[in-house]
Amino acid sequence: MTAVEPLPAAASALRTLLWRGDGPAAAARPGVPTGFAALDGALPGGGWPPGVLTEVLAGARGIGEVSLLLPALRRLSRQSRRWILWLAPPHIPYAPALEAAGIDPARLAVVSPHSPAEAIWAARQALACGACSALLAWLGSPDLHALRRLQLAAEGGQTLAVLFRPPAAAREPSPAPLRLQVEPAAGRLAVHVLKRRGPPLPGPLLLDLPDAPHALVRPLPAEPAAAGVRAWRA
Amino acid sequence: MFERGAPEPAASAAPLAVAESRRVAAANPAAQRLGVHAGLGVASALALAPDLIVRRREPRAEDEALREIAAWLLQFAPSVSLDPPACVLIEASASLRLFGGPESLMRRLERGCRDLGFLAEISGAPTPLAARWLARGSRRSLILELERLAEALGGLPLCLTDADAQTLELLFAIGAVTLEDCLALPRAGLARRSAAPLLAALDRALGRQPDPRPWFPPPLRHAARIELPLPAAGAETLLFAARRLFVGLAAWLAARQAGIERYTLHLEHDCREPTELTVTLGTASRDEARFALLAREHLARLGLECPVTAVALEAAEPAPLAGAAAELFGDARREAEAPPLLIERLRARLGAEAVTGLRSLPDHRPERAWCAAEPGSIQPAGEAAGPRPLWLLREPRPLETRDDAPCRQGPLKLLAGPERIESGWWDEAEACRDYFVAAGPGEELLWVFREIAPPHRWYLHGLFA
Repeated sequence: MTAVEPLPAAASALRTLLWRGDGPAAAARPGVPTGFAALDGALPGGGWPPGVLTEVLAGARGIGEVSLLLPALRRLSRQSRRWILWLAPPHIPYAPALEAAGIDPARLAVVSPHSPAEAIWAARQALACGACSALLAWLGSPDLHALRRLQLAAEGGQTLAVLFRPPAAAREPSPAPLRLQVEPAAGRLAVHVLKRRGPPLPGPLLLDLPDAPHALVRPLPAEPAAAGVRAWRA
Repeated sequence: MFERGAPEPAASAAPLAVAESRRVAAANPAAQRLGVHAGLGVASALALAPDLIVRRREPRAEDEALREIAAWLLQFAPSVSLDPPACVLIEASASLRLFGGPESLMRRLERGCRDLGFLAEISGAPTPLAARWLARGSRRSLILELERLAEALGGLPLCLTDADAQTLELLFAIGAVTLEDCLALPRAGLARRSAAPLLAALDRALGRQPDPRPWFPPPLRHAARIELPLPAAGAETLLFAARRLFVGLAAWLAARQAGIERYTLHLEHDCREPTELTVTLGTASRDEARFALLAREHLARLGLECPVTAVALEAAEPAPLAGAAAELFGDARREAEAPPLLIERLRARLGAEAVTGLRSLPDHRPERAWCAAEPGSIQPAGEAAGPRPLWLLREPRPLETRDDAPCRQGPLKLLAGPERIESGWWDEAEACRDYFVAAGPGEELLWVFREIAPPHRWYLHGLFA
């Protein structure tokens, strides 16, 4: 009799059942790749988890908190004919910029509810019906009860559900299994994984946002434009 | 018929009787428990049951109800025939296999009638007349062989056959009470004693004579109406009545292999003109669950002042829609229908203007390079200009300046630019600006511009989120 070789399939099945303690837990379903290798490695499932709530806590607006999601949104907008729903965004999601990032505008829908209660209702509808590939929501300050119900609605679905919240929310409990806090770090984006399925990460991940204007912009022309700027100041 | 709009038709309803020329023509189970039965005078019935609600019999409404059932039946087979006053016939032999056999079809019919809000006695037999007699005489019999028909019909009382009173009296007098007794009598003698019509009916019922029936033509537009047992304004009550109507609508569409894009509910009031509610479905559909889903949102938003006495449903312009085939790998069709449904559902509650899509436009001015569009509309790809922010402010926000440099909680550092945008002299919204990418004190990236014309004010127009 030869020794029984562990079959690769059995091994991977075991890995989903068995948590080894030193890495992120294996997720039941593969995540949507984030487009950042470092972040993929830190997330259970190797990407943004579908079917659960994900919280992104960002201080100021304009630090790249939405750009963090752009590679995943680009992938989703090409893969399926479902919506990428922007729920109660703080400003106008700018179509030319999204188009330039490779996202099909025909898959985008913007919902502007009149009250926080309506926003939460709309979020639940979007999560429960399975017609959205991604939900990006700015819900103000939902209470724990509302978050639980959203998590319940998201469970079992295929929607990538991201709630954008202020950094103060880090101190409040939340049913979301994945919570990230983002802040700028000298031209890059520092991502603190506050909560994930698995052990806590020791330090922040530093990501280079490819779609951020850092990469897109041409630096100030050395002489003429700089001279122009000086000229206006004069 | 008058109880269709009530949620619990049988058990908990109030006693109700339908009267025709001062006599009770029919009574519901609650009234029957109190001793009210057909043929009783209205005054005696009221003496037995003081709470009895008496409604006048409405032959027109009965006829409409019969037609509604017939239209609903058309989804099972094309040969449906009306048999007034209270019977609809369907010739389903060609469709039996499709619906999983006669037993399964009968269960479906029973369930469907209940969903429509009618109490139905359903029987099956090889001839139409036999089926009718069986339905009137006993509960749920299903005879498939012609040979067994005589035996099955034998136990039925003769009064079911609609023979005239004189013939019945004659037969009772000689001790013939059931069809069996009648069949045992010599034919020639019966024919001589003016019972020939009864004999002919018996021949038709037993399949010895042909029994042609006129087919019911499918209606061109769907209209149905339900009267509520009590005036109501609550969305749930109205939705309940509307659901009954949607069952008929879905069947009408299934029979035509069609879908509709919108339907209209007329909510009738006692005190004022009917409220009209037109519901748009997003895509052509014949899914009753979808009809009800959107009706719920619209009804909840309506805020009725007057109670509603009746609900009528109207739908026209059916568009061809292929039937849904069960798929081996997932339900691709359902997946394709879900996105428009979500948009309609959100719009039903939040208003049409609260849910939009986005598109970019070929204009150099940033505020005119996008517009709200119908979600999902196909659009030409625009060309990329310079760096564009993900967030655009609705209105450019003036920035403070310190030493002519823009400030926002601290001085801004210009990273890239200028990108000169000078456009729109031909309309009212001319823009002459130099755009820069700037970093704020918190390392946030901003899209700012400076007016070219004096006094060279600075504005914040977007955020690179």
